[in-house]
Parts: sequence; structure tokens; C-alpha cells
Amino acid sequence: LSAFSLCPGAGQDVGRSCILVSIAGKNVMLDCGMHMGYNDDRRFPDFSYITQNGRLTDFLDCVIISHFHLDHCGALPYFSEMVGYDGPIYMTHPTKAICPILLEDYRKITVDKKGETNFFTSQMIKDCMKKVVAVHLHQTVQVDEELEIKAYYAGHVLGAAMFQIKVGCESVVYTGDYNMTPDRHLGAAWVDKCRPDLLITESTYATTIRDSKRCRERDFLKKVHETVERGGKVLIPVFALGRAQELCILLETFWERMNLKAPIYFSTGLTEKANHYYKLFITWTNQKIRKTFVQRNMFEFKHIKAFDRAFADNPGPMVVFATPGMLHAGQSLQIFRKWAGNEKNMVIMPGYCVQGTVGHKILSGQRKLEMEGRQILEVKMQVEYMSFSAHADAKGIMQLIRQAEPRNVLLVHGEAKKMEFLKQKIEQEFHVSCYMPANGETTTILTNPCIPVDISLGLLKRETAIGPVPDAKKPKLMHGTLLMKDNSFRLVCPEQALKELGLAEHQLRFTCRVHIQDPRKEHETVLRVYNHLKGVLKDYSVQHLPDGSITVESILIQATAHSEDQGTKVLLVSWTYQDEELGSYLTSLLKKGLPQSTA
Amino acid sequence: MAAHLKKRVYEEFTKVVQQQHEDLSTKKLRLTKPSKSAALHVDLCKATSPADALQYLLQFARKPVEVESVEGVVRILLEHYYKENDASVRLKIASLLGLLSKTAGFSPDCIMDDAINTLQNEKSHQVLAQLLDTLLVIGTKLPENPSVRMRLVEVACKHLTDSSHGVRNKCLQLIGCLGPVEKGVAKEVESQAAKDVQKIIGDHFNDQDPRVRTAAIKAMLQLHERGLKLQQAIYSQACKLLADDYEQVRSAAVQLIWVLSQLYPESIVPIPSSNEEIRLVDDAFGKICHMVSDGSWVVRVQAAKLLGSMQQVSSHFLEQTLDKKLMSDLRRKRTAHERAKELYSSGEFSSGRKWGDDAPKEEIDTGAVNLIESGACGAFVHGLEDEMYEVRIAAVEALCMLAQSSPSFAEKCLDFLVDMFNDEIEEVRLQSIHTMRKISNNITLREDQLDTVLAVLEDSSRDIREALHELLCCTNVSTKEGIHLALVELLKNLTKYPTDRESIWKSSSWHCVFFFNSPFSIDIAVLVLIFNAAKSCPTMPALFSDHTFRHYAYLRDSLSHLVPPLRLPGRKLVSSPVSPSITPHEDPSQQFLHQSLERVYNLQHLDPQGIQELLEFTIRDLQRLGELQSELAGMADFTATYLQCQLLLIKALQEKLWNVAAPLYLKQNALASAAAKQILEETYKMEFMYSGVESKQVVIIHHMRLQAKALQLIVTARTTRGVEPLFGMCEKFLQEVDSFQRCFISELSHMQGSFVDKLLDLMPRLVTSKPSEVVKILQTTLRQSTFLHLPLPEQLHRATANIIEPTGESDNPLRFTSGLVVALDVDATLEHVQDPQATVKVQVLYPDGQAQLIHPKPADFRNPGPGRHRLITQVYLSHTAWTEPCQIEVRLLLAYNSNRSKASSRIPKSTWSESLEALPSPENGIEGTIPFSKPVKVYIMPKPARR
Repeated sequence: LSAFSLCPGAGQDVGRSCILVSIAGKNVMLDCGMHMGYNDDRRFPDFSYITQNGRLTDFLDCVIISHFHLDHCGALPYFSEMVGYDGPIYMTHPTKAICPILLEDYRKITVDKKGETNFFTSQMIKDCMKKVVAVHLHQTVQVDEELEIKAYYAGHVLGAAMFQIKVGCESVVYTGDYNMTPDRHLGAAWVDKCRPDLLITESTYATTIRDSKRCRERDFLKKVHETVERGGKVLIPVFALGRAQELCILLETFWERMNLKAPIYFSTGLTEKANHYYKLFITWTNQKIRKTFVQRNMFEFKHIKAFDRAFADNPGPMVVFATPGMLHAGQSLQIFRKWAGNEKNMVIMPGYCVQGTVGHKILSGQRKLEMEGRQILEVKMQVEYMSFSAHADAKGIMQLIRQAEPRNVLLVHGEAKKMEFLKQKIEQEFHVSCYMPANGETTTILTNPCIPVDISLGLLKRETAIGPVPDAKKPKLMHGTLLMKDNSFRLVCPEQALKELGLAEHQLRFTCRVHIQDPRKEHETVLRVYNHLKGVLKDYSVQHLPDGSITVESILIQATAHSEDQGTKVLLVSWTYQDEELGSYLTSLLKKGLPQSTA
Repeated sequence: MAAHLKKRVYEEFTKVVQQQHEDLSTKKLRLTKPSKSAALHVDLCKATSPADALQYLLQFARKPVEVESVEGVVRILLEHYYKENDASVRLKIASLLGLLSKTAGFSPDCIMDDAINTLQNEKSHQVLAQLLDTLLVIGTKLPENPSVRMRLVEVACKHLTDSSHGVRNKCLQLIGCLGPVEKGVAKEVESQAAKDVQKIIGDHFNDQDPRVRTAAIKAMLQLHERGLKLQQAIYSQACKLLADDYEQVRSAAVQLIWVLSQLYPESIVPIPSSNEEIRLVDDAFGKICHMVSDGSWVVRVQAAKLLGSMQQVSSHFLEQTLDKKLMSDLRRKRTAHERAKELYSSGEFSSGRKWGDDAPKEEIDTGAVNLIESGACGAFVHGLEDEMYEVRIAAVEALCMLAQSSPSFAEKCLDFLVDMFNDEIEEVRLQSIHTMRKISNNITLREDQLDTVLAVLEDSSRDIREALHELLCCTNVSTKEGIHLALVELLKNLTKYPTDRESIWKSSSWHCVFFFNSPFSIDIAVLVLIFNAAKSCPTMPALFSDHTFRHYAYLRDSLSHLVPPLRLPGRKLVSSPVSPSITPHEDPSQQFLHQSLERVYNLQHLDPQGIQELLEFTIRDLQRLGELQSELAGMADFTATYLQCQLLLIKALQEKLWNVAAPLYLKQNALASAAAKQILEETYKMEFMYSGVESKQVVIIHHMRLQAKALQLIVTARTTRGVEPLFGMCEKFLQEVDSFQRCFISELSHMQGSFVDKLLDLMPRLVTSKPSEVVKILQTTLRQSTFLHLPLPEQLHRATANIIEPTGESDNPLRFTSGLVVALDVDATLEHVQDPQATVKVQVLYPDGQAQLIHPKPADFRNPGPGRHRLITQVYLSHTAWTEPCQIEVRLLLAYNSNRSKASSRIPKSTWSESLEALPSPENGIEGTIPFSKPVKVYIMPKPARR
């Protein structure tokens, strides 16, 4: 038996996460993402990998979405409505709530702004969401009789989860994206010691060990605070969901703590809806927010207000969060143009910027920007970079592996070169095999499945009662008959097995002769043997019977003189096959001869 | 219905018992015993079903059983036990046996044999477990009997092989609690079971059930607690348990490893998979550090806490805990801390403007990177970044303890501690500030660190700010710019939060070696700071300008607790030629105190007028001394009060009224009774307002009170007609003398010639004589009795309170609608108040004479330092409408209860709910309150409600 995994997307690549796992005859698709970098067919995973002919619904048992980022769920409506899949889709409650907002936004940008056709429609998103089954954390969901899944907390973004997929005793854990260090609004990923056969983990930061989050936060706050105190304006370009909320909480609490009065604005739109969900799903947030929400829900911001276009010209200090995050278009760019000229102002880029965007240009130190219409914009404002990433770093990945204790590890969602390093480390430190398949590559992992066998309580009790006191350090041998009948395995006592099968019982006895050199009389020899055995086998009942034989438990030992040589005694050892272990031990013991008696 | 009737029967039985209880005591003993047991017996015999029997037993368990009848009850229960088929009833009986053997005064050895016998035939695992629990109770009740214990341990060992985890659990618990601790004793009583308890328990470290494993480790810890030296061999076993699947096992194993590391710190253990060897304590430290990143937060807290107490660990292991190698794309990266340090040492300020300021530098050898921390690496880095604040607090505490014992570690952990100042949870921030204060003599703050520290001055939480002020008091800063910075920030703080004035001034008494003369001399805070600095830097005064001296004179007077005495050129203030440290000041004044007291005590034979005058002078002297010398204030006040009492007593006895026929001088005796009353009040003050009062003083105080009461009695006898009321008073007084004698029997020998001494001699006569005679005797005794010496304790502090807020200066009335409430913020400092949660109350006096007593919540009290408390609370005011604003008075009261007196054994601290209930219904104690703060006036205006 074996677990397969196939990566239609996101093998040694970031974006377009999509993994197919076959485990004990069940097929599960993990995530269904799109690729940000492409605008053609390549943006979606190639579903023809899954099955060339036949419907997807027949082939797949379920689809699992780990979190709402588009590189993990962006292709879902395409997959379910356009390619055609009617089976269940599993995701957590927050993901189910927020995912359609992002999909709708993505659709709008592609269809309405770029004017693409042959894209999924709003209706398709709705239809797709109808197929979704929401799950709770640590809830075991029985997909069918054999397949069960269970979600674990993953940090990263609101509602992100890791999933354990289990068939029989074989299991796979898929992490999705996760974060092992808590941040201002989410906790750390956690998984129990479930010892899966395979752990599929992301490896975005396979070669990075990050500094403490506190230093970064402190720097960020200090910069914002200084600028505001100077009377300057701070622009923070963000993406609507995820980091934006973390930064909001960070600033909000800081404002609260320091009693600051300068206004903070957040550009509206998507965010407001999303914030609403953040307020609702308090149980998914970190300890502080969970503990204090009774007094006050941290997402009901006191200091952060909705932004209006006109506010940008207001005098005095302010902080503005604006979308999009790379300063390539939209509101953030407009504000940037207004404020760039004043050296008192500051722009803080909280994330990575793609080459070619304004964000990237100013970060790389360009001070004169050519805007559309041949305008030259001189950037006098300060430009800061603060990285707030919510992926586990190399240490975090190792920590998760330590927690889960998997038998095999499979790395996805990262760059090949970096994964190579991590793979080597994992193999070296945990002594488990590690795989890193490329896109479209299939990995087969051999598992060593255990097969559960039913045993009747009576037999179990009887067998444990026999022999010496149970000792935790020694394995115990049990006798019974394995019955394989109607796809079930049962361990029963031999009598019952015989009865069930309608067979008669045969006695099987082993006898063995052991020659011992001993010139003495027979009964003296017997006595010596008896004393010897009694000395060696302290835990067993050794008896000397009046007819001159010795019994050890149910094993019979008799001694006769050799017919030709009176000096040699023949010991006849006889035991039933049930006592094979003890019997063979006894013969080997006797073959070694008796100790030289002093008498 | 039947059950109900039986219940009635049972109730009647108990009723009978109770009535007899009130009867003569001789009869009680005989009657209780059979009735109690008989009741139970009848009930159990009547029980028709197990459920019934269970009900009876449950009811029975609710009532206490007298010591005398315990054995009888146990016999009945056991009898029933053997007959009973139902396991649940047997279980209840077994648990009752345990409860009964706990009865105080009952020695359970008589029932032990029976209890052990019951074990033999028991089949139910639950009942077995309960019986073992009972045996455990019996065993713990018989600590002096090793043979019994041995027997019980033997029994437990026998049942260790039971298949139920519950039974094994209890067995291990029993072995842990009762197993022989001293080797020698075990051998004498030797039997085969006395083998080796440790080995028996150790064998169960690998039990299949996690609960049993936990119990085994706990039993081992129990043995350790009882004084058995655990064997080192257990260490390797315990280490294996750290990887257990179950958190409770891991948590217990961490403790066990810690215990072993404290027992055998210096033994050498091999490192697996290499030939090296290290000290056990280091190895254990590494292992516990590893547990700081465990999957379960319970284990993490446990591990982090224990780390703090492992002080023997070698320094390089310790320093590893703060180590975390950063990398980015396989290139070594410096941590923000390292960058900050570098910037600082290169003399530049962080520009922070470059992207890639933190760009990774050198390449890392992939082979050398160790992703799973071996041993101690980065344990605290993890602990401090943990998701659960419990873990973070534990880590900060551990950091604190380790840093206190290792200066080099303190220096290293500073960066991390400073980072914790920005934690999202206030408790953690506070804890880390306190921690830094505690290790402040081991550290010097760098400028960039100071920057972060000072940023916290703007925190809106008052606790945090004040903790920080205290921290600044005792921190060393590396540069003078740093001090400048701190000053600027403190001044900024002052403008932002004016309420912090007091706290900031205190923190300005900051002794740094760097002096910094500046144009800031206009500000008081700066001046205070400068003067304090000058104390430790004798060259400074030479640099002072003229107006600085003038300010000094003023400030030394007005803020004498903040401004130290200085040796200023041309000032006579410095009288002693020795260095101006504190010690020489103490001696003369203390001497003075003692001398004046001696004088008072010795001059007993002066004429009454002379005594009075001397007392008056001494009291005046003492009061002045208390004002001048804050360290001696408590002592001086205490003695002054005592002398004052004595003075009052003498004065009262000098009254002319005693020579005149009673009814004529009503006016005069007002003075005497007033004196008696005042003495009573003062004695309560002396007893409850001072901390450090010992029983020696309490006797004297009580004695003084007794005298006052005698005086009261005499005065009343003189002024009231008729004898009836006097009967009661006399009897009461005699009772008090009696109780005085009982309480202070040991001290009586020191009180020769005193009032009470004489009184006790006359006691037989007093008891039998009439009130009028009693009064006469009292009067003469009172006059003849000598003045008792008041021995002074080592340390004596008077409880004081100072209301900081409301200030009472506001002219703006607090307006609110009548009938509704308004919250008044009260902020007060309390010094030397013991157990303020229970004793300190807030009193509000309205102009109409109405008084309101408020009990602050226990959480409103903070404890910023030893002997100091801070009360920050809200008082709710309400009143009917007034026509114009008026002032109310707010003051703090110290509640006392003479029951809780220090002489009688202290009643265990009352719980919160108890203390919240008003103070009614003391049986014989006197409740009262002492105002101990200056009243503050608050201007309020309840407006009529608008309709």
C-alpha cells in the first residue's frame, strides 16, 4: 500500500497551489490556486493531469482549500463550474466567508478592467460556494466511510488551516501556508503528535531564519510615531486582507497605549467587508484578542476611520492605509503622488514589490519617477521598508516537523534551490525521507500500514493472565487464531476457531531426547535436573511428580537410563505445540548440560 | 414516600443528638456515641436497595461525626461493606472510611487492619482505588509509625500489577507518600517489600497508561519532597519521558529532571552519539530549554519557570539561550540587536532609510547550519516570542532570576528585555520593567536601548509609567547624552501626564556618576536630580551658581524627603566631619530617643506636677524628632502616643473630683471620662496602626487599655446612681482582666508592680465583693500602680496614607444628576499597612453628616515595593439634589478588629467575600476604624434631575 501525491501546480514554485493525493485508494485534491504572474492558460493548474477521460467528480473524493489567498483558491470556480466538479469542497468557516469576496474582486479586475472573456462569472462563484462544506478546527469530518479529514490551526491568515487526511491508519497532513510565530492578530500554527505517513509542507522561507518580530514591530512603530510627531503624513500601501489587519491592530493598540491623537485612515472597499468577518471570527485570532473581546473587540477600531479622497489634502499629521500594496495603481498611488514632495512625509512598504511597480522603484532608491504623461515626480518623502511576512521560516518548518513526527516529508510551495537545502537538513536531523516533486511530477511513498485486528476481551484477559506478571519492558507473546472472514480480521482462541470452522482438534506434541552424562541413578539424575531447573526458571512452576517425572508448566520431562551405556541418561522432553517457546528453551537449556554439582 | 419517612427518622435521630449536645457535658459523651452509630446502622439495615443505601450514606456524609464515635461508625460501615453487593455503595463506604479517618483527634490505626482486609476480596477496580485512597489517608495520619507504613507500602506494591490505571495510580501515590525515606529505618523493619521504592516506582515510568506514568513521576517527586535522595540513574529514564506523547507526563518529567539537576549538578553525563561528556546540570538545562518549544503550552510554562532556578548552569550554556542565528537565502544576517549595537559603537545613528539596511552579508556554509537547536540554543528567544502570555511571563521571570545571579548574562539579555517593553499584553510589559529594575545593578543601558525604554514613558497605563520611573531611579546609563535624553523625556512625560509629578520627582533622586550642569535649573525636577547627584559627587557643589544654593535651601525644606542633605560650602548644615552618609545621622537621634525615654522611666518619684511637665516635654521632643528623622518617625510617634496615654491617665487621676462627693462634679468628670475614651482610642491606634509591633508591646498596650477601662468604670461608678448597671460593668471588667491574664500569662512576670499585677493579687477578693468595693479597690490600685516600661522593637513604622488624588484644590464642582452616581477617582499611597486589602476603607462624609464607608476591591491595591501600597480606586458618590455646590470629605480609614489582635494567634486571612461583607457581628471583639489620612475636600454638586 502506498500514498501517492501529484502536483499539478505549486511543485517547486510559488503560486498555483494544487496537489493531488491518492491515499489508500482515495483521491483528494488539496487547494486549487491561480498564478499571479500569468494571464493566459498557465494561470490555472492543468487539471488534465488528474484524469484524461472521465469526470472529475467520479475521480476525486473531495477537494480541500487551506485558506483564502488566491494562490490557494483562485481557480476554484473555474475548476468546479467550468471544468466540472460536483463533489464536496472543504474549507474552514472564515475561509468560506472571505473567499468569495476575493474571488469576486479577482473576477472584476480580470473581466471588467482587463476585458477578458471566457472567465468565470459571479453566478459561477455563487454556485461554487454552494458546494462548499465548512469545517471547524479539530473537527473530524467523515467524507465517506473510510476517508476522514481534520483541520488544525495554521496562523498565516484568518481561517487558514492545516488538514489531516486519514484513510484507515494511513494519513497525510497538508499544511497549506502556515506561521509558527504568533503575530498581533493571529496565533501560531499547532498540530498534535499525529505521526502522519506524509507531511506536505510549504517551504516559502526554506533558507531563512527570521529575527524576532518584536524588533520589526518596534521599528515600524517608532518610524510612524516619529513622523507623526514631526507633523508628517504616513502612507502605508497594503493589500486589503491579511497583513493590513495586523498592521491596523498594531497601530491601533499603539495609539491606544501612547494616547496619540493623530487620525488613522483606511481606504474603504473590500476591507470593510473583510473587517466585518474578522470581527465575527474572534475564535480564530490570537490569545490577546480572544481574551479581551468581551470588553472590546479589537477589530472595532477606535482610532482607525474610513478614508475619503478629500482627506489627503487635510493639514496636519495622519496615517493612511491604502490599496494596492505595490503602489502600481489606485488610491495608494494617488496619495503617494500628493505626498511625495514633502520630506516630512513617509511611505512604508510592508511587503515585497514586483519589479516594474512604483513600489519597487522607490525601494531601490530611485528618487525621480516618470509618471504617465511624461510628468517627472520628485520623491522627497522618506521611504521605508518593513517586511511582515506570515510564513514559517526554516526553523518554524523544522519545529512543525518535530511536532507532527511524520514518517515522510514532502516540500511544496517554494523555490527548488532553497528546498534542496531544507530537504538535506530534514533528512539529516530527523532521519526521515524528504521529497520535493516538480510540477506535474508524481511521488510515490511506501507506507507500512498497520492492520487492526479484533480480539475478544476474554481471550485478551486470559492470555495476559498466563505466565509471569506483565512487565512493560518485555513484549508478550500471545496465542490465538487469526480468522479472516468477510473482510474482517479477528483473533480468537483456537477452540472457538475450530468450532466456527467446524474442524476437529488435533493434538500436536513435540518430543525430544537429550543425552546427559551422569553415572548416578535415575532418580538422582531427575533430582539434579529438577534442582537445576528450579534454580533457573524461577518464574515458572517446576514440579517433581511422584512417578519420577518433572513438569515445567505443562512440559513433561522424564529420564531413563540409556539401554547400552548406563552412564548416559536420556531425558525425554515432551511439550505441546502451544508451549513451543518454553519447550525449545528447555531443551536448549538441558543440552547445555547440568552444572557440576558439588555434592 | 418511604424514603421520605426514613429521612425523617434519621433527622429525628440527629435532632436528639444535638439537644443532648447542649445538655451537660458529662452526659454528652456517653449519649452521642451509640446514637450516631445507631442511626446509621438502623438506616443501612432499612435500606431496601443499593440506591437507598447510597442515599443514606450521602446524607450521613454531610454531618460531622464526633471523635468518640468514629470507631463505632467505622465498624458499622465495614460490617455493611462485607454484605454489600453493589459496587457503588461499597465505593461510597470506602470513601467515607477515608473521610472519617481524617477526623481530627482520631487515631486510625485501630481500623487499619480492617481496611487492609477489605482489599483482599475486592473485585471492582474503582472500589479498590478508593480503598487505597483511604489507606493513604490512614497512612498520612500515622506519620510516627514506620511499621504501619511499611505494611501499607507492601499492600500497594501488591496491587501495582492491577490492570486498571486507577488502582495503579493510587498505589503509586501511596508509595510516594508513605514509602520509606531513610535507608536505615527501612532495613530494620525490613521485609521483602521494602526493596527499593525508587526502583518500584521507576519501573512504572514505562507503564502503558499515561496517567500511571504521570503518577509514577509525581510519586518520585513526592519522595524527593519528603527528603529521599533520588538516584542519579533515574535521570536517563526521565530524559526519555520528555519525548512522551502526553503533556502531563512531559510536564512532570520536566520537573523531575529539574530536581535531579539540583541534586547532582556536577556529575558527568555522556552526550549520546558522541564521545563527549558534560555536567548533568548543563545537560538538564539543555533538555529543559528544548521543552520551551514544546507543543503544549502547559509544558512550555513549566519549563520556562524552572529554567530560572537553574543557576549552577555554566555561562556558555546560559548565553546560548539568547542565541539565534539569522539567515536569509542561506546568507548570514545580523539580528536587529546586533545592528543596533554596531551602529551604536560606530557612533552613527540609524538612518534606517535604506532598503536592505538589513541585507544579508556573508554566505553560510550549508553544512554548518543547525536548524533544530541543540540544547539550550535560543530557548529564551522562543520563550519570549511565545504565543501564550503565560509562557512569556514565565520566560521573563526566569530571565530575571538568571540575570540576577550572572552579570554577564544580565548584560546580554538586556536587548531582549527591552524588546519585551513593547509586548502587547500589559502584564508582560510590567513584568519586564520590574525585572529590569531588579537586575539594574548588573546592567548599563546603551543609548539605543534607553531610547526604547523611554518611549514607554508615554504609555497610557499609569502602572507602567510608574514602574518605569522606579526603573529609571536605579538604572545606569552609559553616556551623558543618555541622561540628557532621559531628562527630556521625563519632562515631556510631565507635561503629558501631570498626575505623574510625584512619581517623577521621586525618580529624579537618581544617583548617576555623570553630572550634567545645564540651563534646566529652572525646573524643580532637574534640581532635585542635580542635588541627588551631588550627594555622590562631592566636587559638584563647587560648580553651583548662587541661585542654585538658594533653591537648595528652599527645596531641602519643602521636599526634604527627596532632597538629600549636602555638604555645601559655607553652610553649617553639615555638622559631622565624617562623610555625609546616612549612618552617622541615625545614632545621635536614636540615642536621644532612648535617653529621653530613660529619663521618663527613671523619674517616677517626682511630684505629680513634675511628672506631668516632664511627660509633656518629652512628648513634644519626640514629636519633633519624628518630624525630622523619617526613619525614626514610627518609633518616636509610638512612644509619644504611649506617653500621651500615660499623661492623660495621670491627669485624670489628679482630678479633684475624686475628693468630692460624686454627684456634684459632673463637669469635671467629663474630663476624666474623655481622657479614658481618648486613651482607649490611642491604644487601638498603637496596636493596629504600627507595623512591627511585637507581643511585648501588645501586652503593654493592652495593659494601658485595661487601665483606661478601669478608669471608665470608676468614673461611671461615681456618676451613676444605683447599683444595677454597675453589676454588669464590673463583671465585664473582671472578665477582661481574666482574659488579659489568659492571653498574656507568659508576660506577666515582666509586669511586677503594675496595675494588673496588683489586680490579679486582689482577684479573689474582687470576685466576691460588691461593685462599690470593687471600684474602691480599683481606684487605689490605679493610683498606686507603677508606670510600665515600653520596650521598643527593632523596627516600627506607622501606617500612613496620603491621598494624591483628588487633590482638593479644584474649584470646579463635580456636577452630576441627583439620584445617579458619579465615580470619583481616588489615588492614595499607603505605607506600612499590613494586609491593606482587608483593612483599608474609604470614608466619604457628606455635609449633612451622612457618612459612607466604601471597601475597595482587592484588585485596586498595588504593591510597588515592600511596605508600600498604592490604592487606585473609584468611589461612587450619590446624593439628593443640592441647591449649590458643597464640599464633601474623603478620607481613608484603617479598620481593625480586636479579635485579630496580634497577641492571639492570627486568624487566617479572611477571603475576599468575607471582607466585603460589612464588619458586623464580632462575638466579642471590638470593631472600629482609625482615620489615618488627612481628609481631602471634594467639591460636588448634585443637580436636580430634569423632567
